[in-house]
Amino acid sequence: MRSIVLKRLATAIPSLVGVIVISFLLTRVLPGDTASYFAGPAATPQAIAEVRKQLGLDKSLPEQFARYVVDLAHGDLGNSLTTGQPVVTEIANRLPASGELTLLGLLIALGIAVPLGILAAIREGSWIDHLCRVIVTTGVSLPVFFTGLLLVYLFYFRLGWSPAPLGRLDVFYSAPPQVTGFYLIDSLIARDFETFRAALAQLILPAATLAIFSLAPLARITRGSMLAVMGSDFVRTARASGLTPKTVILTYAFRNAMLPVITTLGMVFSFLLGANVLVEKVFAWPGIGSYAVEALIASDYAPVQGFVLAMALLYVALNLMIDLLYGVIDPRVRLEA
Amino acid sequence: MDRRAFLRSTGAAAASAIAAPAVWSPARAQSRQETLLIVSESGPNNLDIHGVGTNVPGYECSWNCYDRLISHEMKSVNGVPYYNRDKYKPELAEDMSIGDMSATFKLRKDAVFQDGTPVTAKDVKWSLDRTVTVGGFPTFQMKAGSLEKPEQFVVVDDRTVRIDFIRKDRLTVPDLAVVVPCVLNSGLVKKNANANDPWGLEYVKQNTAGSGAYRVAKWTPGTEVVFERNDKWTGGPLPKVRRVIWRMVPSAGNRRALLERGDADISYDLPNKDFSELKSNGKLSIVSVPYSNGVQYIGMNVTKPPFDNLKVRQAVAYAIPYQKIMDAVLYGLANPMFGKGEGAPTEVKWPQPSPYLTDMTKAKQLMVEAGYPNGFEVPISFDLGFAVVNEPLCVLVQESLAELGIRTTINKIPGSNWRTELNKKEMPLFTNVFSGWLDYPEYFFFWCYHGQNSVFNTMSYKNPKMDALIDGARQAAATGDKEAYDKDVKGFIDLAFTDIPRIPLFQPYVNVAMQKNVSGYEYWFHRRLDYRALLKG
Amino acid sequence: MTALDTTAVEPDARPATGLSATLKHARHVVTGNPITGFSFTLFILLVVCALFGPFLVPYDPLATNTAVALKPPSLHHLMGTDQLGRDLLSRVIVATRLDMAVAVFSVALVFVLGGISGIAAGYFGGWTDRLVGRLSDTIMAFPLFVLAMGIVAALGNTVTNIIIATTIINYPLYVRIARAEANVRRNAGFVQAARLSGNGEIRILLTQILPNILPIMMVQMSLTMGYAILNAAGLSFIGLGVRPPTPEWGIMVAEGAAFIVSGEWWIALFPGLALMLAVFCFNLLGDGLRDIVDPQRRT
Repeated sequence: MRSIVLKRLATAIPSLVGVIVISFLLTRVLPGDTASYFAGPAATPQAIAEVRKQLGLDKSLPEQFARYVVDLAHGDLGNSLTTGQPVVTEIANRLPASGELTLLGLLIALGIAVPLGILAAIREGSWIDHLCRVIVTTGVSLPVFFTGLLLVYLFYFRLGWSPAPLGRLDVFYSAPPQVTGFYLIDSLIARDFETFRAALAQLILPAATLAIFSLAPLARITRGSMLAVMGSDFVRTARASGLTPKTVILTYAFRNAMLPVITTLGMVFSFLLGANVLVEKVFAWPGIGSYAVEALIASDYAPVQGFVLAMALLYVALNLMIDLLYGVIDPRVRLEA
Repeated sequence: MDRRAFLRSTGAAAASAIAAPAVWSPARAQSRQETLLIVSESGPNNLDIHGVGTNVPGYECSWNCYDRLISHEMKSVNGVPYYNRDKYKPELAEDMSIGDMSATFKLRKDAVFQDGTPVTAKDVKWSLDRTVTVGGFPTFQMKAGSLEKPEQFVVVDDRTVRIDFIRKDRLTVPDLAVVVPCVLNSGLVKKNANANDPWGLEYVKQNTAGSGAYRVAKWTPGTEVVFERNDKWTGGPLPKVRRVIWRMVPSAGNRRALLERGDADISYDLPNKDFSELKSNGKLSIVSVPYSNGVQYIGMNVTKPPFDNLKVRQAVAYAIPYQKIMDAVLYGLANPMFGKGEGAPTEVKWPQPSPYLTDMTKAKQLMVEAGYPNGFEVPISFDLGFAVVNEPLCVLVQESLAELGIRTTINKIPGSNWRTELNKKEMPLFTNVFSGWLDYPEYFFFWCYHGQNSVFNTMSYKNPKMDALIDGARQAAATGDKEAYDKDVKGFIDLAFTDIPRIPLFQPYVNVAMQKNVSGYEYWFHRRLDYRALLKG
Repeated sequence: MTALDTTAVEPDARPATGLSATLKHARHVVTGNPITGFSFTLFILLVVCALFGPFLVPYDPLATNTAVALKPPSLHHLMGTDQLGRDLLSRVIVATRLDMAVAVFSVALVFVLGGISGIAAGYFGGWTDRLVGRLSDTIMAFPLFVLAMGIVAALGNTVTNIIIATTIINYPLYVRIARAEANVRRNAGFVQAARLSGNGEIRILLTQILPNILPIMMVQMSLTMGYAILNAAGLSFIGLGVRPPTPEWGIMVAEGAAFIVSGEWWIALFPGLALMLAVFCFNLLGDGLRDIVDPQRRT
């Protein structure tokens, strides 16, 4: 087990190095002179040069890079210029917000997509199959910001069912004492059900927006792998031995069809965490996606680099977890490795 | 598995979570009454106006959390309380006496910082020294009032400060009432400063250390700022609002929705269209006040062909679809700055309308005379941060210029990059807004038209005649020579219109939408909210 | 059980070979599956709009007319007008060409780059494989949308750069598929035969491997076309799209979004609908193509 982990980690190192180098270079060619932005509206050339020096931007690129790497090795991702805060703390503070949103979105998507996929597979070719396909494809065909705005318009502005799209909690609630950073979990730990409900109410629309977008890959893969599994010999055998269709589908076919679903789940999760950007913008969600966008628009290097690096690490960790999970679900994989 | 039952159960769970109304505990309802919720697109990046690169929302924090020596009285313009440019009121000072070459301020006895220490002359000097030393915007702003060196600020005794003038300048005293010269708790800041950061910029960036009516209790950059009232404030009547929560909501549609549904109390950065509709549907109270000393314009770089040609500039000025812009882009919420009318006299005030009106025949003829009968190609640039106005405006201008054969491509420049581009002075054609804190015509012209070529002279316009008129007006203002002043001001305004390096379009409005139960809005030159006067209920 | 069996064996699955069989099967899929048929029709409509759009529209898509600004759909303006009184129907139709161009060019580019390097990686293995693998792993580790944003922000927001950015973020996907397919076939009988008859490796790659994995790649291309359009729309939403006043669906939705709350729903809705239908069409088309080329379904 440990050797698998180490091996996987070793293969990830070159990509991480690549990510660090590319994100560094990419942020340096962003347009806009950070120094003149921060020197204020009426800065003289000398003032701009001063700020440039203050920010260390007068150094050569390799020198700047070396400094960045040294800081990185000390766990210092630099300071955001626009918010003035250390990038590490900001990302740490904002990651739970994005994580909670994405996870809930994924959970909702799973709750809908897996049954849909199974149903489509069982009734392959029927109108149910077609309908499922149309539904999930429609979901993935809508730009997320459009879905988000429509949901806000409908459920908040028109119907008033949903609370104001003002971030993680209504302004008059205070966040539960931090344990996991996930408000839903923290409020339950604190036994503060009112806050739990408030946090959940804020989460539903953005999470639904994400869920709608991620239905398609999950439903598609569920359907596909169910079809493949149900055509296999052991399912035929199970059927032949007279087990009820329900038992066959759920205990035999579904369990085995899970593997590809889990792989896809990991991919969809890391994809969504990045694609959150637009949803966070629509819902004023204080996550890392909106943080990265603001920084990118302001040519604020450090947060962009920090965000990219955090996402890359997360991606690596996630892939590792999927590999390990694979082993748990399908012992054969573990033996082969 | 019974899928139907499953779907039904999840559906019901989801519905109950959404549909249930929020449960207000009594304490929360109470706090809602005493709390003001402001929503805006973006928030501060620094609580310290002396900091490096503090943005405009940051000014609002400074204004409400710090006191200055003096401030302005209010007057009423069209029924809206509006700061009185010419009347000062004491804030930290209880007395001000202006001599020939200095001004002396006596501090109030009861003025204390939020941590309880009294405000002394030492704090004032330290704070003013800070403004002229840290560089960047604060130093620049102080310089505009001839406040340049720490030696100018003298501690006479514990409660008396004297400010020496280095030259006679009408703007010195007004400059002491702007946002920049705020007074910080020098003891507290010094305690949190170090050798690398003697002015404690790092500390004041995150913490308010003033004597003002509010303090920042919590700041989550990019998300919210929470202000708590300072109950010990003695600079004026105790503000009515106990707590102000300022939330950043990036989507304009959502901001409007929040207002219309009564969830937010105030917002001041909605598109004009929304303001004009909210105004007519009457559910909210909307205040519209023109920017003091502000104009949106089309600028042309006069150092490069084809805009070095006066006839081309005039042709463009005649080809701008002014009225269309007023109607379709601004929804009437702006003062037109065009079509002064035949023979109407130039006034001693700024801004005022130019004589230009849309006249395509004249424009075409001017293009022929200029030697460009077939037009030319040129990019037109705007700041993406203000795309709501700038984009449709540029599209209309583009379409109209196309009739002259001027083929434009539209360049959207991200807000962070806009200043860099302005500094480079290479954009041939662009639209921008300038507005001066100090509401004096010569102040505006000194920054925007003078040959010293400041960053705001975005056209790189240099004309010795113009410089002589502007310098003349400044001189006349300092010595109080009204006749010479009026002559020079009229002179430079006329010259700006005939030479037309920049085409005035309109004077924008500050629009503020408030719930009906919110009152007390005051217009300030910095155009941000003053929480001290606001009232809810 | 029974439902499964009937669909697994398709009526005209005779042992035919080559093009005619594929065509026959294609006809079967198109006519046999109403949704795929629908998406093919939609696709043809999109192509017509893209090719002839400017000749079909009732108004000049760029001409403003502030007198009729923000008018709801009517007989004169079937989709209503926008803030500057431009006809939305005309803009939506004319935008088809640009959006399709972004999709087609970026997908063609990534097909060439990703496909070729993926095949090479799978076929040659060794350092080629490692190099290509590292490159695509590195790209995969980026949050893709933010990478696209960064590229467009850094290079400037032009159509070309949007295409480049879309190409780069789709690269790993193509590499992965092409590599896997080539890897499976590198020692297949027909490849060995070609090798024995003296063909060079590059030649085998291009004449034997490439044609064989083309169908699978086609499926992917159709799916990524939709994704490319969504990606461009997302970039427009945060202000990194094409230059105004060029009509483009994403930018029109983004601009219209501000008008939804004030009741002018048509400005965002129709471009959004066009965008959705286009992506929808490509996605279903991809599914349909998969049905055609997927050997498992062709038993």
